[in-house]
Amino acid sequence: MASPESAVNGPTMTAGAASKSLRNAFGGVIAFIILVLIGVLAFSIRLFSVIKYESVIHEFDPYFNYRVTQFLSKNGIYDFWNWFDDRTWYPLGRVIGGTVYPGLTLTAGTIWKVVNSLNIPLSVETVCVFTAPIFSAFASWAAYLLTKEVKGPGAGLTAAALLAMVPSYISRSVAGSYDNEAVAIFALVFTFYLYIKTLNTGSLFYATLNALAYFYMVCSWGGYTFIINLIPMHVLLCIVTGRYSSRLYIAYAPLVVLGTLLASLVPVVGFNAVLTSEHFASFLVFIIIHVVALAYYIKGILSPKMFKVAVTLVVSAGLAVCCAVIAILIAVVASSPTKGWSGRSLTLLDPTYASKYIPIIASVSEHQPPTWPSYFMDINVLAFLVPAGIIACFMPLTDSSSFVILYIVTSVYFSGVMVRLMLVLAPAACILSGIALSEAFNVLTRSIKFQLPGIAGNPSIAVRMWCIMSTSKENGSSTVVAPNDIPKTEEAAKEKPAKKNRKKEKENVEKKPTPSKTEKRLLVLPLEASVIAVLLLVLLGAFYVVHCVWAAAEAYSAPSIVLTSHSNDGGLHVFDDFREAYSWLSHNTDVDDKVASWWDYGYQTTAMANRTVLVDNNTWNNTHIATVGTAMSSPEKQAWEIFHSLDVKYVLVVFGGVVGYPSDDINKFLWMVRIGGGVFPHIKEPDYLRDGQYRIDAQATPTMLNCLMYKLSYFRFVETDGKGFDRVRRTEIGKKHFKLTHFEEVFTTHHWMVRIYKLKPQRNRIRGKTKKSKSSRSVSSKRDVRGKRNPWH
Amino acid sequence: MEASLRAQRTAALLIFAFLSLLAVSSSAAQEIQILNAERRIDLSSQIAIVFLTLKVENTGKAAASEVLLSFPPTEADHLAEVKAQAASGKKRKKTHVPLDVKPTDVPDAPKGAKCFRIALLNPLSPGETSTIEVLYMLTHSMEPFPAEISQSEPQLVYYRDSAYILSPYRIKQQTTFIKTPSTNVLSFSRVEPTNRAGMELKYGPYEDRPAYSFSPVLVHFENNNPFAVVEELVREVEISHWGNLQITEHYTLAHGGAKLKGVFSRVDYQSRPGASGVSSFKNLLARLPARVHSVYYRDEIGNISSSRLRTDSRKSELEIEPRYPLFGGWKSTFVIGYGLPLEDFLFESTDGKRYLNFTFGCPLSGTVVDKLTVKVVLPEGSKDPSAVVPFPVEQHMETKYSYLDVVGRPVLVLEKKNVVPEHNTLFQVYYSFNPVFMLAEPLMLVSTVFFLFAACVAYLHIDVSIRKR
Repeated sequence: MASPESAVNGPTMTAGAASKSLRNAFGGVIAFIILVLIGVLAFSIRLFSVIKYESVIHEFDPYFNYRVTQFLSKNGIYDFWNWFDDRTWYPLGRVIGGTVYPGLTLTAGTIWKVVNSLNIPLSVETVCVFTAPIFSAFASWAAYLLTKEVKGPGAGLTAAALLAMVPSYISRSVAGSYDNEAVAIFALVFTFYLYIKTLNTGSLFYATLNALAYFYMVCSWGGYTFIINLIPMHVLLCIVTGRYSSRLYIAYAPLVVLGTLLASLVPVVGFNAVLTSEHFASFLVFIIIHVVALAYYIKGILSPKMFKVAVTLVVSAGLAVCCAVIAILIAVVASSPTKGWSGRSLTLLDPTYASKYIPIIASVSEHQPPTWPSYFMDINVLAFLVPAGIIACFMPLTDSSSFVILYIVTSVYFSGVMVRLMLVLAPAACILSGIALSEAFNVLTRSIKFQLPGIAGNPSIAVRMWCIMSTSKENGSSTVVAPNDIPKTEEAAKEKPAKKNRKKEKENVEKKPTPSKTEKRLLVLPLEASVIAVLLLVLLGAFYVVHCVWAAAEAYSAPSIVLTSHSNDGGLHVFDDFREAYSWLSHNTDVDDKVASWWDYGYQTTAMANRTVLVDNNTWNNTHIATVGTAMSSPEKQAWEIFHSLDVKYVLVVFGGVVGYPSDDINKFLWMVRIGGGVFPHIKEPDYLRDGQYRIDAQATPTMLNCLMYKLSYFRFVETDGKGFDRVRRTEIGKKHFKLTHFEEVFTTHHWMVRIYKLKPQRNRIRGKTKKSKSSRSVSSKRDVRGKRNPWH
Repeated sequence: MEASLRAQRTAALLIFAFLSLLAVSSSAAQEIQILNAERRIDLSSQIAIVFLTLKVENTGKAAASEVLLSFPPTEADHLAEVKAQAASGKKRKKTHVPLDVKPTDVPDAPKGAKCFRIALLNPLSPGETSTIEVLYMLTHSMEPFPAEISQSEPQLVYYRDSAYILSPYRIKQQTTFIKTPSTNVLSFSRVEPTNRAGMELKYGPYEDRPAYSFSPVLVHFENNNPFAVVEELVREVEISHWGNLQITEHYTLAHGGAKLKGVFSRVDYQSRPGASGVSSFKNLLARLPARVHSVYYRDEIGNISSSRLRTDSRKSELEIEPRYPLFGGWKSTFVIGYGLPLEDFLFESTDGKRYLNFTFGCPLSGTVVDKLTVKVVLPEGSKDPSAVVPFPVEQHMETKYSYLDVVGRPVLVLEKKNVVPEHNTLFQVYYSFNPVFMLAEPLMLVSTVFFLFAACVAYLHIDVSIRKR
């Protein structure tokens, strides 16, 4: 990436400085090699999961993506668009082609196809596992390009190296973590890079590329709304601060037009690209930029006096039109219940929204606000370098550096709302830290270089270098903003702005005579201080590297379907219960059997066991999930009725009480009660709590001890150790000996982590018996409870 | 129900046999009689292994060069392997010479009976006697009854056979011994004289039975040995002349015994290992060749961590556990793959051809394979493949495209049904190969990289702008 550029720059160098151009070419080659190494680093640091565990798809959502990719590679793109999946959300089904962000799937499918057309027999799974590491290498290269546009190649390389191993990004892109974010971060950074590139060059070519990159981002992730809001914000900022230029127009207007057209081609977005409030900001700014452009144009052709008249005319007319348009907009927006915003977007604007209204969003741990330690865990020392980076961006405030500042500020806010959006913060933090580190090294190494006796023998270089710094400090923005105003010669268009800065500054240096040398010397940092500072910075970087490697190796590599524990003698014990259960389901049940479980396990069940599930991790239908939650929190008979009415044959529960696996269904149970109770009010959360405490021991409420989830989890549990001691809750269970009347155990895994029950068939009707049981129940309660209890009757 | 039906059928067969006997007694092939026949049936595993010792006498006038064997139709489908050898000499100094066995059609045999022809080494001249030992194996010949059992029950099976050996010849004297895996024999048919002692049932001796005599017997006994049935096994043997032999084996494993009825309780299974799920099995042993390397054991959803590999200089043993214990009727699929050094298995024959010398059957011990497919993937560019297999197999050719192949690799596919561990014998695949083809792929890669760099150099030196700067 860098070598062609050095070659491009080569001819622009003055003929006399042959050695200089050689050094530049050399620098380009080094930069290229460093970039390749950064790519290798980004790829290989994510392989810990494969080495420590195995090459397998991780967690929940990646299994769905994997399944979709399998379908795509088997059936082709047209079947994929038309795919109606009847394996999930039984009996509703799901239109996969129209509800999925296809970017990741198409990317991996394309890679698979290309590789196989070269007769390299990689399986779809292998391709999926390694897609994320490959794209994180791409993402760090994109970060290099972006930072290079902002602050030059040095900062670019630093930022790329930081991004290659930032733990926050690693957590979503280890090998096997086949999720949208893996490719979306690359797309995000690359889109920003192309935007900055267009802004710096004013080239329509880059503007078109930018729209295409934005299209790829829209394909990949719902987070594209971040781009389509951030860029207008930046454009607005530029206009307000009087930085409007034709380059800004070229960078923005084609992006909105082409980008929106392309975005609406993606089935899952479709008309949302023009209908939802997430996109309104871009259109508003689109109008504003045209008004501004018109104003500048008119200003250019009219005399100042005429211009004033025109302004008053236009402003009065414009205000009237604006008011009308705004009134219509408000009316349209207000007519929709969520004000045109999706639930997740509203959560971003009002962090308390989800916990108040949408328990299903709040129940997902990655939608919780992060804690302070998680900032330290995920971006580590970058958190301290970012402020320095912001300052460095201000020192010459350019269009591009103001964009980076805006990016970091907004992403810090978003990351504060949802843990998951820490991922958006990570690239911004890396870019700014890269700038900060590179600037700091610049200053410090120059100080050292200037004072070292060996190099002082060639004072002209040192002095010149120093003068570059001093000029940039002395006449601040006037020099640096200048490149924006240079008339665009062909030569200048080819050059990078950073280069331009330096060149301009060099001219300044030549203009300035040397007498101020002694005065400048005083501003040099002391040699010892700079050496120590360099060492400290290196140490800081080393800490960062150590932390990142640790995080990649220990914290973020577990695939979560395989668990391991170290026994006392140092041996490794593997808990492979999930796959044991899914494998059993897939081989020993009928292919059309329906399996009910909490929605967490939906994707895995469809992908690994190939069985139809009621609900899955897509969580688009709250009522359906609430039905399953209600069944789980109901007594056995009612639960049986609900499940039976949904054709369920098997019920799967995850139980960690034997081996102490904490994220099991009993610990998630309160969410089932809450979500179920949100739709079916006869399920009340207080019924399951004793004095506001959630417990399963002898103090637990009878409702709790009789609900299906309790019974399925603890059925015959007492026979394992005689006491029924639950290792997760660290207590003996409340109800130890009981029988199941409507369910029977058909499979329990080796460590009891997954238990599968079968619904017993309906019992034969014996006339006397049914009458008796009916009469025993009170008629009134039966009428009003039954009606609500089972929505499918 | 089915049992009685079968008994009826066999009875009908019996009558038919007697009728046919009258009709054919004068034919020329009948000029052999068996003086003494001893049959030992071993039922201690899921495979019925039968040793048959026949003392044959030529009563005719011409020399006889072959001896016929026949099997009733119920056994004919389950017959996995028939071997014969001629025994000569006294007890201590017995020498065995393998004899050629070929399936044949005998026009006067009872309907459905399957006949084999044993070619004798030296034709039996009139009045001479000879001893022939026959070994045959029957798979799926034990029928679980009851067909569904609960977790705590032992597995009981039926074994059906005839008290008399079905033979195209008159048998002067015959005895049958049936060995059961345990002393728990619930019932057995009596065809006097019948004795039972411990784990052994003795039918006979019966004197002077005519040809095609048949008397159905039924033994009902306990057999808790794992009925591990590989329903389908695809073994892919890929030869790379760079020094590796890569084997990939795709298994579809099932428990062929009595189906599990109702619940599987992990509590019972873990707390009472001896009493609960006695007929289930949870591990299998694969015997692999020595010097095996990069062994993997996985299924379609990832690695299966429960396996152990033991290697020594002569053999390797891979102990594998499926993801879950297999109860009756349960299934599982998995893949075992491993690499072997090529020099142990690939040789050059005298005519310049190369040949692969490899074992045919399934490396899992004690299993029955319903359908075995062996695919030998030869290197790209090899010609005229031919296989030498000591028993009849179906053959055809395929083409496989693997790493950077252009014309594809020839694949010789060998298929065989009903494979037992006896089939773990060596087979050979001969082919001719020019070593130049080994260089094709490296050269391809090198040239690609070369052209890539050449294109880069060209791009950097070409000015494609329309206006001159």
